[in-house]
This record gives sequence, structure tokens and C-alpha cells, in this order.
Amino acid sequence: MISTAIIVFREVLEAALIITILMAATRGVLNRGRWISGGVAGGVIGAFVVALFMGAIANSFEGMGQEIFNAVILLTAVCMLAWHNIWMASHAKELTTNLKHVGHQINEGTLPLYSLAIASGLAVLREGSEVVLFLYGIAAGGSSNLEMLSGGIAGLFIGAITGALLYFGMLRIPPQWLFKTTSWLILLMACGLASSAAGYLSQAGVLPSQIPLWNSDGLLSEKSILGELLHILIGYESRPTALQLSFYLATLVVITSGMIWANRSGTVAPQTRSRGI
Amino acid sequence: MRIFLTAILFALSATAMADTLVYNITIKDHVFSPSVITIPVNQRVKFVIENQDVTPEEFEGLDFDVEKIIPGKTKSTVFVGPFAAGTYNFMGEFNADTAKGQIIVE
Ligand SMILES: [Cu+2]
Repeated sequence: MISTAIIVFREVLEAALIITILMAATRGVLNRGRWISGGVAGGVIGAFVVALFMGAIANSFEGMGQEIFNAVILLTAVCMLAWHNIWMASHAKELTTNLKHVGHQINEGTLPLYSLAIASGLAVLREGSEVVLFLYGIAAGGSSNLEMLSGGIAGLFIGAITGALLYFGMLRIPPQWLFKTTSWLILLMACGLASSAAGYLSQAGVLPSQIPLWNSDGLLSEKSILGELLHILIGYESRPTALQLSFYLATLVVITSGMIWANRSGTVAPQTRSRGI
Repeated sequence: MRIFLTAILFALSATAMADTLVYNITIKDHVFSPSVITIPVNQRVKFVIENQDVTPEEFEGLDFDVEKIIPGKTKSTVFVGPFAAGTYNFMGEFNADTAKGQIIVE
């Protein structure tokens, strides 16, 4: 039962952290809860569909469908997170000032909220489909079903609670720091997802496979709790390849330059943009 | 952009490479057989894994980065390597107690 709980917890945590950080990053944005929870709901439904068709997905692209599917999902999430961060950078001032006065709303129409819905939905879709398949495997396996399923539910619960705790923890960060912190987190998270996508593309043979640049598994294992957390939050890999590192750095450069550019053009005429309600 | 272009070039040269070694592995009752596979050093090889159980399994490298779900009653392909000489462990994540294996690289 404990091992079931741990496996489910690991999968849920990955999705929960992404959602949590997105929620904290958009504090004070009208309707963001509705969009994100819509994305999560879509992700849950999608996870069941993906689990159902996993055989077909795996067999497509000469047996490499699963890797390509994973890479596409990850890269789409990277684009959504990049878009979100660049948008937030152009509205940084406005968001911080508005947060100080409760009741003020930000230009609700302009934030591409569907990018949040897609990003959180994809996180749930990917991790959720693994959970569904795993729990299905247990149910079909026969032995001590009930105990195992309760382990699964426990894992789901602990994962969700960890996400919630992190969320309330982040809300304690003063508003002027909150957006800075969360946009850094989202930036590094996106870089990590891009590097994972490169890993899947190598596995599929779309990109070449390489001998890792280094192996820091002895120092910090990716399977340890800290390693796992750092893997999700900043994309820690104990055995990165040169390609994975290039994907990481390229994403870092592209999103950072986008944010710097947006921040500059955003500060030129902040008054025109904040049409408070 | 340049990264992507070089990546594509690399990919083309990789697919043009000589024939890959293929190893067949089966999963039955949550056990890999053979559970010890010897592969050559510095070479990418292909594992064709047939899951004869009805339940899905996830092939996961412990000392290398490969993760792939193999649905019940299906066959999947996993590429491993290139590796330096040594012993590399893998497991079936969904049945970690019984599904264990080793790759010996020499
Ligand atoms: Cu996962």
C-alpha cells in the first residue's frame, strides 16, 4: 500500500506543483481560478482517454508514439508557460499596484487565460494518464485490490495537500516579490520541461542519443525526494545530455529575452493600460 | 534556431547509421526474461519488450534515463544506450518488487 501511495504521490506532485505555481503567479487576476480548474478538469478527462488509448498511442510512429506524444505535450506546455511569463512581465507594475487595493481588477480581457488552462490541463493529462494506468493495473492484478486502491487515493490526497500547502506558503510572499518569485519558478520549470522533451525525442530517435555530460546521481539522486522536487521545480537532471542542456539553455534565453522585451515595452506607457474598474 | 537545424542534421545522420542490435525481452507475471542482458559498449541498441501480462508495466532505467509504459498484451520498442562499460539496472515501476533487471555493458 505504501509503495502504491508513493508512486501515485510522485505523479500527482508533478502536476500539483505546476498548477500551484500558476495559481500563485496569477493572484488577483479575475477568473483565473475558473480557467485553471477548467484546465484541470479537462486534463482529468483527457488522462482517462489517453490511458484508454495508450496501446494505440504507443504503437504509432513505429512504436515511438508514446515518446513523441510526451515530447509534444511538454513542448506545448513550455510555450504556454513562456507566453504567460512574457505577458506577466509586461504587466508587472500594474499587477503589483492593483494587488494593494482589494477590489481593483486587472484588464481581465488581455491575460491569455487559456494558456494557463492548457498548461495546467497538460500537466494533469500527462501525469494523470500514468496514474490511471497504474491504478488500472492494480485493479486488474487482483491481489489485495482494496488496500492498493486506498494507497492510490492516499497518494493522490497527499500530493494535492502538498500543492495546497505550497500555494498558501507562496501567498505569504509580499506581492511585490510574489510575481518575481513565481515568474522565476515558471521560467525554470519551463526550461526543465524543455529538457525532458529533448530526452523523449532522443529516446524516439528523432534526436540523437548521447552519453550524458556528467553523472551527479551519487550526489543527488533524481529518485530522492529532494531530487524529485528539484527535477520538477528547476528541471534538475542527474545525467543530462548535451542536447538536453542546449534545450534548457535555449528556453532560458528565449523566455528571458521575451520577458525583458515585454517589461521594457510595458513600462513605456503604463497609464494607458490600466483602465481600472 | 541553429540548435534545431543541427539537431535535425544529427537526427538524419543517426537514422542513416548502420543496423541496430535488437534484443527481445518478455514480461510475464511481472518478471522480465531475460532479466540480464549483455550489450556492447558505446552503442545504441533496441529492446523489443513484450508484455504478456494483462496489466500495464513501466520500463524504467535506474542508472539511465528511459521511461516507457508498455500496456498489457502489447509489444513496445525501447532504445537504450550508448553506455560506457558497466552495469545498469532497470525495473518495472508498476511492479517494482518483482520486475527487476540488469544491463551489462562490455
Ligand atoms: Cu511522471
